[in-house]
Formats: sequence, C-alpha cells, structure tokens
Amino acid sequence: MRYSDVTPKEIYLNRRRFLTAALALPIPAAAATLNAGKTAFNAGGEKITSQKIVTTYNNFYEFGTGKDEPAQNAPKWKPISPWTVRIEGEVAQPKTLDVDQILKLAPLQERIYRHRCVEGWSIVVPWIGFPLSALLKQVQPTGKAKFVAFESVYDPNIMLSPRKAGIQFPYVEGLRLDEAMHPLALLTVGMYGETLLNQNGAPIRLVIPWKYGFKSIKSVVRIRLLEKQPPTTWSTSWPAAYGFYSNVNPDHEHPRFSQRDEERLGEGTLLKPKVIPTRMFNGYGDQVAKLYAGMNLDRNY
Amino acid sequence: MNRFLSSPWTKVVVFVLSLVPLGVLLWLCWQAYQSADPTEFVTANPIEYITHYTGDWTIRFICFTLCITPLRMLLNRPQITRFRRMLGLFAFFYGCVHFAVWLFLDPRQNTIPAIWEDIVKRRYITIGMLALLAMLPLAITSTAGWVRRLGFKRWKRLHKLVYLTAIAAVIHYWWLVKSDIRLPLMYAAIVAVLLGYRIIVWMRDRKRKLSDPRAPQPTASTS
Repeated sequence: MRYSDVTPKEIYLNRRRFLTAALALPIPAAAATLNAGKTAFNAGGEKITSQKIVTTYNNFYEFGTGKDEPAQNAPKWKPISPWTVRIEGEVAQPKTLDVDQILKLAPLQERIYRHRCVEGWSIVVPWIGFPLSALLKQVQPTGKAKFVAFESVYDPNIMLSPRKAGIQFPYVEGLRLDEAMHPLALLTVGMYGETLLNQNGAPIRLVIPWKYGFKSIKSVVRIRLLEKQPPTTWSTSWPAAYGFYSNVNPDHEHPRFSQRDEERLGEGTLLKPKVIPTRMFNGYGDQVAKLYAGMNLDRNY
Repeated sequence: MNRFLSSPWTKVVVFVLSLVPLGVLLWLCWQAYQSADPTEFVTANPIEYITHYTGDWTIRFICFTLCITPLRMLLNRPQITRFRRMLGLFAFFYGCVHFAVWLFLDPRQNTIPAIWEDIVKRRYITIGMLALLAMLPLAITSTAGWVRRLGFKRWKRLHKLVYLTAIAAVIHYWWLVKSDIRLPLMYAAIVAVLLGYRIIVWMRDRKRKLSDPRAPQPTASTS
C-alpha cells in the first residue's frame, strides 16, 4: 500500500464535497451523537479499534498515570461550561471562542486515523473534527508567528498534582505553524459518531496522526501563536527521550521504548497480540514528509 | 503463637497463599480466553498487564523474604525463619514468570538480536536481568544439602546476594516508569528500611564485639 492510498490528495483539496450540516450541541456529561460527513480518510481500510478499548485504555496523566485510571476518574470531572478556547499571541485578531462557536467554523468530518503511542501500541480511531487550520485562520497569524503552543485544562481540585504525576501541569504541547496548518492536523470534538468522553480529551482536542500520541493534546483551553519554539511537557520532563517534533520514526531510538514495531490493540489473541512494523510518519509520509525536507529527523526527534 | 508458627500446616497455608497471585492471573486469562474476545481481559493490553502483574509480585515477594529476619529478631521468634526459603523461592518463581512473559509473550521481542539489543541498550532491562540472575545461585543453593556442602558461614555470605537483588529490582522499577515514581519510591522506602535494619544490627554487634571481645558472639544472624 502506498501512503497516498490512505488519503487521496483530492480529498483534502476538495473538502466542500463533504460538507454536511453539523449539529452544535452543548457539552453533555456523557457522549452525545455527533453528525459528521464521511470522508475518504480511512487509514487504508485498517480495522477500526473497538470503542471500548479507546475509551478505557488511556494516557491522560491529569486523571491518573495508570492506563485504566482516566476512564475511572475522568467521568467525575465536569468540563467548564461554556468551554472556551483563548487564541492569542502573534495574531491580528486574538479571540476567545466557546465550543459552539468553534463547531460552526467548519463542517465536521469523520476521519479514521492510525494513532501510535510512543509506548509501542497503536489504535485506529474514527475521529470527528475539522482541520486545525480553519480555527487558526480565524485569528489571522501575523508574519512573526512560526510556532503554535497549546495548553490543556488543569483543575487541581480533581486532577493529579504534578508532583504525583511526575510531569508539569498544565500540560503543554507545540507544533511548528506549517505543521499546525497541515490539512491532516485535526481539531477534534468527537469520535465513533459521538462527542468526546472526558478521558479522551473532551470537549476539544488535537489529533496529529503522524506524531506520537502525546502530541495530540487533550482538553485544550489556550492556543498561542509564537515566534519561538515553545516548551512541551514531555520534552521538558526527559529531553533525551522526547523531542519537540516527536514524529513517528522507527529509525530513531527511544531510550525506554523500542520503536521498530507496534502492538495493534484489540487484535490477535490474548497471548499473541497483533504486531506490525511501525512506519515512518505513522504511514502518512506521502502527505507530511515535505514539511521536513532537508531536516535530519534523527537529530530533530 | 509458637505452636502456630511451628505447625507444618502454617507452611502449607503460606505456600497456598503464595500461589494465589498466580491463580488469579490464570483465572483472568481463562475468563478472557473463554469469551474468545481479547478485549474481555482486564485491559486492552494483556501482555503489558501480565508483565507488570508478575513484576509487582516478584518485588513484593523479595520484600516479604527480606522481612523474615527483622521480624524474627523483633518478635524473638526463631521459628519464623522456616518461611524464608519458601518466600525466597516464590520471589524467584514470580521473577522467572515475569522474565518468561517478557521473553516469549511480548510480541516485540520477536528475534534474538532484538532481545539482546533490549537487554544491552535499555538500562532498566539490564538491571532487571541482574536482579533475576542474582537470585539464581540463591535458588540453586537453597537446599539443606547445599548449606552443608558450602558450610553455613559461606552459604550465609552467598545469600547476602539477595540484597543486590532487592536494590536492583527497585532500580529496575524506578527506571522503567515514565514519570510517576510513587510506586517505585514506596518499594525503595520498604527496601531501605529492611536493609537499614540489618545495617543497624550489624553496627551494634560490631560495637559490642569491639568494646568487649570476650562477649559471646551474637546469635542473631543478619542474613
């Protein structure tokens, strides 16, 4: 299979074909149905991971560092309503938008993406959202803007303390502006035809399918456009292991986890899970490799 | 109390209790296997779960084993030592299961070069191997025959290797967690107390011996 089989170029060049009326719903405590237009983003026809796995096996350290803890603890959390996202920095029009306003910015699309965790497992998820670029264009980044910094919500009353989790909160992530504007970078509000559950980053998160999962920041409250590269939580915590780019790269050694192969969760048998070789850029090289032309990706990990 | 501690049945009970973690694990696997749906296991990543589960029980049994001597001295009940060999062998047993799961079931360890690369390159695996290998001579020489063959003094000296196992096991755990060090820290504290106790006893005995060379040798062994 070629990279272009996963996402035909005409699909993201011609999004209008997939315009579908989107329902802008208030954020409910439990997932609500979310209508989204079907797209040709189908992860090359790879089998979609069961919703049960994707909603019960999570890394969301604010709700506990065990894989099962976010599903246990996150439902107790009530996202602030109305949820707002502040977009500021090197922009002509700083804005604070609530989720309803954001949902109206572009038609919702369903995109089935492979999701590769740095720990060596992967899932295939039908996300619902629209390109992050549609949101960023709203604030008109200035010529100085080169990077985008994202910040997660942090509610110390219900979330783990940074001391216990061992990483800094609020969780922060970052992208280069051209990465953030790439059509594959998805501003995500739902999955499996429903709004996001808390443990999956409700009410609004990023999904950057060619990077390790921790780059896909959850429960975003603040976005800043910057001239300089912003710090990111994991690269601050262990710089030798986690870099700013964190593109899926089987050739770059991670000191803790082998990146050669990945375990596809929910497939295979109990004692013999399905293992597949990890692909450069998680298989999205045809679309994103040009972002890194001339860069040494072993050094810029 | 003494009768309870020296009863042969107590040993049977401890043996059966030590097998409970294995039984629970096998039962969980059986349940998932019966349902023919791998997602029916406790987590979506069964091999990771089983690896962590057996690792947890290995370090727990190492701690149980190291508790025996301090308990015996503090409670002044020599009979407690009867359980030391069994608990130590269970630590080795769970350690072997832990290792075997990583070696044979972890799907990423698919070739011998990949396994070797992991052992050499990933320091948490290197020190985990050290912890396990240090237990091997202890398991082999755990019989009464070997105590006789080596002589009690030499046998005792050899079995101090368990301290190395305990320290290496804690470091193994510490190095493998991504950022939340609460559990490795807890085991580090437990092992520090258990080894610290021995150091204090050793220093006290040494001081006593120096100040009064004719004093009888302390009967308490600190292994």
